[in-house]
This record gives sequence, C-alpha cells and structure tokens, in this order.
Amino acid sequence: MIGPVSRRTLLKGAFAGLGAASLAACSSPVGAGIAGSQLDPGTVDYWNLFGGGDGVRMQSMEDAYRKANPGTPLQAVTLAWGNPYYTKLTLATVGRKPPNVAVSHLTRMKTLQSADLLEELKPEDLARHGMSAEMFNQRAWNAGLVGGKIYAIPIDTHPFVLFYNTKICGQAGLLDAAGALKPIQGPDAFTDALAKVQKVTGQYGATHGINADTATPWRFFQTLYSQLGGQVLSDEGTKVVLDDAKATQVLTFLRSLTVEKKLMPSSIDYQGAIALFANGAAGFHLNGEWEISTFQTAKMPFSMTLVPNVFGGTYAVQADSHTLIVPRGGATAEGQLDLSLGFIKSMLDQSMTWAQGGHIPAWQPVAQSDAFKKLTPQSNYAAAADAAVYDPSGWYSGSGSNFEIVMGSAIGAVEAGQLSPDAAIAQIRSKLSALASTASPV
Amino acid sequence: MTITADYETAEDRPVRPVDPDTTRVTEHGHAKPAWLFLTPFLVLYLLFIIGPSIYMVVMSFFDTSLTRPGLGALAGFGNYGEALTSPDFWASMWHTIWFTILTVPPLVILAFVFALLADRATRGRWFFRLAFFLPYILPSAVMALIWIWLYTPELGLLGKVVTSLGFDEPNWLGDPNLAMWSLAFATVWWTLGFNFVLYLAGLQDIPRDLYEAASMDGASPWQQVRRITIPMLSRTTSLVIVLQIIASLKIFDQPYIMTSGGPNFATRPALEYVYDMGFTNFRTGYAAAVSTLFFILVLAVSAVWVFLTRRQEQGL
Repeated sequence: MIGPVSRRTLLKGAFAGLGAASLAACSSPVGAGIAGSQLDPGTVDYWNLFGGGDGVRMQSMEDAYRKANPGTPLQAVTLAWGNPYYTKLTLATVGRKPPNVAVSHLTRMKTLQSADLLEELKPEDLARHGMSAEMFNQRAWNAGLVGGKIYAIPIDTHPFVLFYNTKICGQAGLLDAAGALKPIQGPDAFTDALAKVQKVTGQYGATHGINADTATPWRFFQTLYSQLGGQVLSDEGTKVVLDDAKATQVLTFLRSLTVEKKLMPSSIDYQGAIALFANGAAGFHLNGEWEISTFQTAKMPFSMTLVPNVFGGTYAVQADSHTLIVPRGGATAEGQLDLSLGFIKSMLDQSMTWAQGGHIPAWQPVAQSDAFKKLTPQSNYAAAADAAVYDPSGWYSGSGSNFEIVMGSAIGAVEAGQLSPDAAIAQIRSKLSALASTASPV
Repeated sequence: MTITADYETAEDRPVRPVDPDTTRVTEHGHAKPAWLFLTPFLVLYLLFIIGPSIYMVVMSFFDTSLTRPGLGALAGFGNYGEALTSPDFWASMWHTIWFTILTVPPLVILAFVFALLADRATRGRWFFRLAFFLPYILPSAVMALIWIWLYTPELGLLGKVVTSLGFDEPNWLGDPNLAMWSLAFATVWWTLGFNFVLYLAGLQDIPRDLYEAASMDGASPWQQVRRITIPMLSRTTSLVIVLQIIASLKIFDQPYIMTSGGPNFATRPALEYVYDMGFTNFRTGYAAAVSTLFFILVLAVSAVWVFLTRRQEQGL
C-alpha cells in the first residue's frame, strides 16, 4: 500500500510535471502561442472542422499529402464544428496567430472577408499550382468571389437532398425499371408520393429534423422558396425583401404536410428524424448529403436524389460549400503561400476521396471524370451543384448564423403547428429588420 | 400546560453556542501569513474574475466587435438602450427567471424531504446517499443526452410510458409551453444531489438528545420535524436557497444542448442570448452590456435574499 503523500512531495511532483510539460510544449502550436514565437517555418498549419466520416476521410487525405511531401510537416488541427470554430479562427487571426490554411463554409467566408481577415488569392499564384477559375464548378466559384476577387477555393458543394428507402419506395410503386426514384414534379405529386409511402410504412411518408434544429427547416424552406424565385435579403443584408405571397405559399405547403395531412412528423429532432428513416418508419428523409455515411453504416436499402422541383420554376436547391482559405497573416513567411497553395491543390486532387462523404466535388477534373460519374448515389444529385442557392449575403447570415436561427425557428414553428404562416412571416420580418438595421460589427 | 407549549419556551429552543473571542482575530501577527496563504487564490481571482468583469463593464460602453482588435467606437449607453428596448432581451430574461421559479422550490423541498428519508433509513443508507448524489456528478452534456433520449418523440421512453397509459404523447421539448417544464424536470433530477448532501450534513449536526427529549415528552415524529429539524436547519436552508437561486439563474447548458433555445426561442435564457449576440453575431460590446444587466439582476436577487435572511437571523 502507498502511504500518505506528504505535501512537500506533492508540490515537488507538481513542479516537475509543470516543467516537463512546458519543455515539451515549446515545439507545439500551444507552446509557440504562449511563447509568442512562430511555428517552424516550412510547416503547413491547417485547421478544419470535420468530425465523423468526413473527419476520417480528411485525415486520410492529410496522410496522403504527408506521404507525397515528406519535407513539409503538416500540423492539422480539428476543432468542433459551428460557431466555436469560427470564433477561434477569428480570434486567432485577430490575435495574429492564424493557421496557414483553414476550412470555412462559403457563406461564412464572406463574413470573414468583410472583417478583413482573409488574404486575397491572386490568379497568377493559383496558376503556378495548376489552379484557375474555369477548373472549378462555376456556381461555387462565383459565389465565393467578393468584388471579383478570389478569397476562397471551394472544394465541394453540399446540397440539401432527398434520401429514399428503395425497398419502401419500390413497394409504393415509385421506382422506375432501373430501381431509381421516378421524377416527382409539383406539390401534388410530392404530396401523393409521400402518401403512397405512408401507406407502406403505416407511419410517415418523410421526415426531417424540427425540434432543436433550426437549420433543416431553413434548408427545406429555402429550397422551395428559391424554386419560386424568392429572396430574403438584399444589399448585403441591409434590406429585408421577403416576398410575403411566396413565403406564405411555401409555409402553407409545409404545414399541410406535417399538421394537416400528417405525412411528416411535426415534432421530431434531428437524430429522431434520422432514426425514423433508418428503421423504416418513413420512406423519405430530407437532409444534407453528409448523412450518407450514417445510412451506409445502418446497412439499409437507400439511395439519394435531388429534392424534387416542387414549385416548378427554375430548379433550385439550398446548398453551401466547404472552401479553403488563407487567413490574413497566414502567408507572411517567405515561401509559405506556395506551401499552402500546394496543400490546397493536394486536397483538390483527392476530391474523389472527399466525394465518398456525399459531397459534390467543385474541382472539375474530378467532377467530370468517369470515376465520379460512376459513383452512386453521389452522381444522382451532382446537378445540384449547378442549381445551388447559397444563404444571402449579410454580416448576420451564413451557415449556423443568427439569420438561419431566426428563419428556422419561425419555419419550424409553422411545421409544428404552433404558428400560422402569417404570424411566422410577421415574426421573421420583425427579427430580421432589427438585424438589418444594426450597424455591421465586422 | 401542554407538552408542545412547554417545548416552545425560550429556554428549550435550540441555542447556537456563541463564543465572542473566536469571532474576531485580534492578533496582528496573523495578518501577514494569512495574506501570504491567500495570494495564490487572490492572484487567480484578480486575473480571471475581477479583471475580466471590469473589462466587461468597460466594453459594454463600446461597439466592440469580435472580429476587430481593440474596443472599437464609443457607444455610450447605446448598447444599454438597445438591450432595454429589445423584446428578445426581455424574453430571454423572463425565461431565465421562469426557469428559476420552476426549479428552486422543488430543488429545495425535495432535497430536504429526501435527506430526511435517507437519514432515517437504518439499513443501506449508503445506497440512498449514492443514488441521490450520483446524477450530480454527470457533466451537463451527458445529462442532456440522457434526457434527450428519454424525451425523444415517437421513440423515447417517457413517450412510450405515457401512451401506454392511454394518454396522447406530449411534445416534451417541442411544445413552447412545455419545453421549459421538461428542462426544469431534467434539471431537478440532475442537481438535486447537491442540496441533498448539504441537508444531510445539516441533519447530522442536530444533537440526537433533542429528539430523545422530545419523544420522551411525547412529541410525534411530525412534531419533531416541525419543531426541531426545520428550525435547526434554518441556516442550511438559507444557504441552499441562495446557492440554488444563483445556480438556476446561471442556466445555459440544458437549453443550449437540448432545445437550442427553441422551440421558436421559447427556452432561450439570458446567457444564451449573450452567447448569440457575442459569438454568433460578433457584437461583443452589446453582449457585454447584456451581461452587465444580467450581473445586476443576479446581484439584486442575492442582495434581497441576504437582507431577508439577516433580518430573519436577527429575529432568532
């Protein structure tokens, strides 16, 4: 048995531990941060926000880069997704300790740019590494430009898609001879398809997250509202241009699916919506394509396709893109920019690995390749990249922003039957107007 | 004279031993080592509590942005004006207070009742103590996950229980009128153990001979609780209530994880409003003003409570 530890021994031990830790920390980013010194020049310090299946794939892409560039140490840091990530990225850049390369959502990168936290990427620098505008998906590329200047390299488009259970949809007679979902056009056809599926499942036609989930209701609304040609904000978020008639039409339709016809559950959270689809209580599931790994792991018969063109205008679907950015000050050291661009190019070259996670590659040499065209179900909805609608510009807009929370809360309340479409529109208008009239903090 | 009246005479009332000499340290020689021993704490306290608090108050008068270095342009009382006229601010303040109203009474009364029962248990007392205290050691995220599963519509355990009894399944976390109650219920289960332990310690400080004397005089168990236990625990109760009010006002984790402040903002407490304004909207100056207002509220509630208990103690 170990006897009681004396206070002196304990203190000695603690000091020894601290000393060892501080010595070990000198070469790490933490040590460099505390000491205020630069990381070893020649290192690529890379921040990302990928967990789950995406995290695993990103690590294998990083490993491939390390193997191909043994002389360039890669320091990859994965941080928690969402606002905590952007807070850390912002503070690191403002505090002049930015990473050399970082991941950002395209809709968030705009805010970082307007806060002057990004390095402009010059076409001649990109050309040196074999990158130019026409080699990217044009929708994603142009959405990422600010005043015609390049600040971000898109690596993918991740649209809102329709997951369907092939067994259930087959029993409901919704599949064609090849086993793919027959095209669904118009609100009645969509309602009808859900009703047929409901007859098979006995519970629901489709599911998507509503409780404690503001993003999914927003994504579904934005998809349908954009098909009507509607816009929510203009003039960089300083004006609210919500079209009441179009918004009412969409909200009334959503409400009819959940509250009136009970084709979709009106009170289910994100994980619950996934579980109901995975265990066959619903034949359709509306979500971002990134959940592909979840259903593959569940070993269920499913496929994915474009969210139907419900309102018949020009096809449109809500989406965002992951981009790679160089934070301001991340390329000051001699030769650092070329190392960073070389790393970015390596990520683009591995777009096929990235596409396994459901994302549509922005890098056209891969997106147009036979290998990707053969990759199903990803290639079923690859057209979404050209019909992608990004969140409107504005300092309070973008992925996970207050704009999405304001919109999603009101839309979710309509779907749950707690607000009428009119009341929801009034609430959206009042909350957005308050944000639109606030001076931009960035 | 009846037995109870006998017991109510001033002489029989439990008296705290007061030794005037121990209440004040008069020897000057003790001051220096005392400060020396306090230094590590004081340094950390100044660095991480007092310093940032002062910075917060200063920042609240500026349009400070998360994305720019420095304090930014002077806003004067602009941030305060905006907060006090914002319906979102008042709604979130009310949600915090509503949560406090819902959680403090059960967390104090149930903790007392369970402590009393656990104290009376002659066999397996360790088990009851452990059972009530165990949830308290869970991190908030774990507790939230457990309760999200229990509350999940269609698939959750609670829903199944209620529907098997023939009732409609309540939308625990999705109904704006019910969500806060659901959060409060989960919180009571989670944090009851702390107050329970405080009460248990208080109960063990009550001299056994008081109960013996009372029962010899014919006092029923209920009379003993009312005339001995509750008065003897009054200091513990004051402490438990003030700690609980402050803990409840600090609510953030449960709605942040379990409802994201929804449905439709129905459970967004003041601290989540601060988080949304400061970190999601980058407006740290405005968030500092809201924090300062919240700080004043907590201070006011605590001050009122201290004032009330002082008077109560002087009355004893």
